[in-house]
Amino acid sequence: MATADKRPYKVIGTRPVRHDGADKVTGRAKYGGDMRLTGMLYGAMVRSPHAHARIVSIDTSQAEALPGVRAVVTSADMPAQGDRVVELGEGAANMRHLTANILARDKVLYRGHAVAAVAADNVHIAEQAARLVRVEYEVLQPVMNVLDAMRDDAPILNDDVRTESLGAAPQSPDQSRPTNIAKHFLFEKGDVAKGFAEADLVIEHEFDTAMVHQGYIEPHNATALWNTDGRITIWMSTQGSFTARQQTAELLRVPVSSVKVVPMEIGGGFGGKISVYLPPVAALLSRKTGRPVKLQMSRADVFEATGPTPGSHMRLKLGVTRDGRITAGEAWIAFDAGAYPGSPVGMACMCVFACYDVPHGRVEGFDVCVNKPRTNAYRAPGSTHVAFAIETIVDEICEKLGLDPLEFRLKNASREGTRRVDGPVFPRIGMVETVQAIRDSQHYQSPLAGPCRGRGVASGFWFNVGMKSSVTATVNLDGTVSLIEGSTDIGGTRTSIAMQLAETLGIAAEDVNPTVVDTDSIGYTDVTGGSRVTFATGIAAVEAARDIQRQMVQRAALLWDVDPAAVKYDDGRLLGPAGKQFTFKELAAEIHQTGGPIIGSGTSSSATQGGAFGTHCVDVEVDPETGKVQILRYTIAQDAGTAIHPSYVEGQMQGGVVQGIGWALNEEYWYDDRGTMRNATYLDYRLPTCYDVPMIETMIVEVPDPQHPYGVRGVGEVPICPPPAAIANAIYHAVGVRMRRLPMSPPNLLSEILQRFQD
Amino acid sequence: MAKKRVVSATINGEVVEFLCEPRQTLLEVLRDTLDMTGTKEGCSNGNCGACTVLLDGRPVVSCLVLAMEADGSEIRTIEGVARGSHLDEVQQAFLEGAALQCGICTPGFIMQTEALLQANPNPTEEEIRFYLAGNLCRCTGYDKIVRAVQAAAQKRLATT
Ligand code: FES
Ligand code: FES
Repeated sequence: MATADKRPYKVIGTRPVRHDGADKVTGRAKYGGDMRLTGMLYGAMVRSPHAHARIVSIDTSQAEALPGVRAVVTSADMPAQGDRVVELGEGAANMRHLTANILARDKVLYRGHAVAAVAADNVHIAEQAARLVRVEYEVLQPVMNVLDAMRDDAPILNDDVRTESLGAAPQSPDQSRPTNIAKHFLFEKGDVAKGFAEADLVIEHEFDTAMVHQGYIEPHNATALWNTDGRITIWMSTQGSFTARQQTAELLRVPVSSVKVVPMEIGGGFGGKISVYLPPVAALLSRKTGRPVKLQMSRADVFEATGPTPGSHMRLKLGVTRDGRITAGEAWIAFDAGAYPGSPVGMACMCVFACYDVPHGRVEGFDVCVNKPRTNAYRAPGSTHVAFAIETIVDEICEKLGLDPLEFRLKNASREGTRRVDGPVFPRIGMVETVQAIRDSQHYQSPLAGPCRGRGVASGFWFNVGMKSSVTATVNLDGTVSLIEGSTDIGGTRTSIAMQLAETLGIAAEDVNPTVVDTDSIGYTDVTGGSRVTFATGIAAVEAARDIQRQMVQRAALLWDVDPAAVKYDDGRLLGPAGKQFTFKELAAEIHQTGGPIIGSGTSSSATQGGAFGTHCVDVEVDPETGKVQILRYTIAQDAGTAIHPSYVEGQMQGGVVQGIGWALNEEYWYDDRGTMRNATYLDYRLPTCYDVPMIETMIVEVPDPQHPYGVRGVGEVPICPPPAAIANAIYHAVGVRMRRLPMSPPNLLSEILQRFQD
Repeated sequence: MAKKRVVSATINGEVVEFLCEPRQTLLEVLRDTLDMTGTKEGCSNGNCGACTVLLDGRPVVSCLVLAMEADGSEIRTIEGVARGSHLDEVQQAFLEGAALQCGICTPGFIMQTEALLQANPNPTEEEIRFYLAGNLCRCTGYDKIVRAVQAAAQKRLATT
C-alpha cells in the first residue's frame, strides 16, 4: 500500500537493486570473519564455567609452553580504569564495569565470562592452549531471577553498585551497602489515585518474560594490528565503527585518534553489535606478538557472553470508563540487567503507555544485576516487554466491555500533542493511521473460522533517534557521484542513502556509488541503530547533495559568465538566463575546466526522535493437545513517514515481525540453578525457521516526519514490539487462555490450557 | 597433531589439491586454506545452514563434513554459481526481490535453493519452506526469500 504514485519523487519510492548486491550474492563481500592478513595469528578465549565465582588464581604457564602459542593475556594486561564514567555514543558507561566485562578482574559474574585469551599459529592450537590455562575459582551462589536479586539477602554481584535514583524517584535511603538494584526510575503524570477512582473497570496483572538473544547469524569477530608506531587498526563487524573505536580506545587508554576501525560487512546486529567484546583483547594480543590477531566467537559464546535483552517481571494496572476511555495507568517494571547495570528499563518505562493518552499515570522501573551476561540493546530495547503487558490488558478490557479493540485504540490513541507519562509531548505521529490501516485491511475484514483459531491485534511504539552522521560526495566526470558514509550497512542502507542523494540531485540511484568507510576516512557517525540511518544519515546525504548543487550552480554561472543568482538547479538540470541549460552530466564533464573537483559534504546532528508506531493483526491456530501455536496469517501496518526503498521497508517490517514471533513462541535463555544456560545452540534455542511462519503482509503507512526533507521515519525497530501481545491475544480468542508469560512455548501454553480445564 | 594429508577434489569445476589435518572441516579448509570465504560460518555445528555447499550435488553443511571426506568428490560453492560474469537465476532473483538484508545467510540459501530447484523445478510454497527450513535467516522473516525462490523457479521454467 505504498503511496509513491501521489508524490513528485522520481527515485524515492522505487526499488532499485542494492549497490552491494552483486558482492553479496556471489560470496565476494568481505565480512569480519573473512579477514585474512599476512602473519595473522588466531586467538581463543578462556571463559568461566561458573555463573558466580571469585577468581583465586590464574596460571598460564602450561598454555604458554604449548608449541605454536605466541601470547596469553589476562585482565592484568588491561589498563586500570578507576571509577571513570564515559559517554560512548549510545549512553554513558562505567569503565570499571566495561573493562571487567571484557576480561574478568577478581570475580566472574556469569557463565562464559571471559577470563583470559590466547594467540597461536592456528585456531586449534589456540583452543587447546585455552584449555591449559588453569583458573582456580571460589564458587559463589548465583542469583538468576530479577525478583530474587532484589531481595535484601540476595547474593551481591558488584560491590560498587548503589541504587541510583532517576526521574522522580526518591534517593534510596541506604547508600552504605552494595545492592543489585542499580537504578530506580519513577515517572508520574497527573493524579493516579483520582484517575483510578474515575474508572469503571480496573484490570491488573503480573507478567514475566524470558531473556532472549538478537540471534544474528554472524558471530562476533575482530582482527587487530597494534603497529610498532603505536597505531591500532581493528577490522571487525560492528554496528558503529566510531563507537567501537571510542570504546576500544577508552578500554586500552590510548588516544581515540590512534585507533582506526575498519568496518567489514556485518552479518546482523539488532543492537547486539554495538558493545565491543573482542577488539581490545585482540589488540593486546597483537601488541604482545607484533602480529595481527584474529578472534571470533563460537555460537555458544555468542549466546552466553554477548548482550542479550533482559528478562523481566512487570505489574501493570489500567483503569477505563464503561465507554472505553482510559482514566489511569500504573506500571512496575523490573529488568534483569545481567552482570553489570545498564538494562533498557528506563526506555521500557517511557514506552509502556506511549501508544495511549493516559491522563494519570505512574511508572516505576528497576535495573537489577543478576548472574547472566550483561544485557544490551535489542531492536526497540525494552518496548517489546511492556507492549506484551499493556496490549494484552487492553485486549482483556475490550473483551470485558464488549468493545472492538481497534475502535478502543482509535479512541485512546496518542496523537500530536499527547503528553507521555514521562513528560515529552508527541509531534505529528501516525499511531491512529496504523490502527485505521489494520481496521480497513482485507485481513481484519475477513472472517476467521475453525476450532482453536483466534485473531489478535496489538500496537507498538518506538522513539527512533537522530544523533550524528556525516556524508561526503564527489562528482565524477562522467556524471556519477561517489558517496562516502560512516553508517555500516546491515540491511540495504547504502542504497536508501544513495537514493536520497540521487533524488536531491535529480540523477538516477544507479549513478550514485555508495561506500562505507573506516573511521579515518569520514566524519563522525553514530551507530547503525535506533532506526536512525535512513533518517539521519539520509539528512546528511541530502545536505551533501545541496552542497553539490550550490557548487554546480557556481560552475554553470562561470561557464555562462552570469551571476550565480541567475542560475537555478532544477531536477538534475542547471537553468540559466535566456534558455541556457546544462544537464548534470554535461556540467560534470566540465568541472575540471571550471575550478576542479566538486565535493559536497553534509552532516546531521539536530534531528531527534520522531516516533514510530505500528499495529499488527494475527490469526493463529492452537493445538490444544500439545500447546503448539501455528501462525496462519499476519499483517503489519506501520508508519514509515516516507518509504525510500519500499522493499527494504517491508523487509524491516517482516524481519521484525518474525523476530517478535520467535520471542513470543519459542525463544528463551534456559538456565539451570547453577546458572548454566542449557540451550546455547541454535538447535535448542530455536529461532523461527521459514517453515514456522507464513508470508508477512505489509501495509506501509506514510505520515511524514517534518524533521526530514522527504519525511522519512526510521522503520527498523518498532515492528518487533507488537507480535508477542498480538499473538497472546489471538491465543486467548482461540482457546480462552490469557498468557502472561513469555515464551508461549508448547509446554508453557499447555500447562495454562490444562489449568483452565481443571478450574 | 596428526599428519597432514593431501586431498584432491573438484571445486567449481577445477581440480584442487590441498593439505589438511584430519580434524579440519571442509568449511575450515574452504575458508582458511583455499581462501574461498563466500561460504559462511554461523554456528559450526550444523544448525544454521550458512555453510551450505553442494557435495556431489547434495546440499551439505560443510561445517559437519571433514575435509578428508571430500577426497575425490565434486564440490560446488557460492563462488561457482555465477556463469562467468553472469549471475544465475537464483542470484538474480535474490537481488531483484530484496531477499537479503545483511546477506550473511545468502550464500547458504542460494546453495540450498540450487539443490531444491535441481530436485524439484516447480516447488510449491510449502515445499520451498520445508526444504529451506535448515537455513536460518534472522533479518528477512523469510517472506522475500521464499518469493525469490519462486521467481527463480518460474524464470528457469520459462527458459527451459
Ligand atoms: S556454520 Fe555450518 S550449519 Fe552453521
Ligand atoms: S539476511 Fe541477515 S541473516 Fe539473512
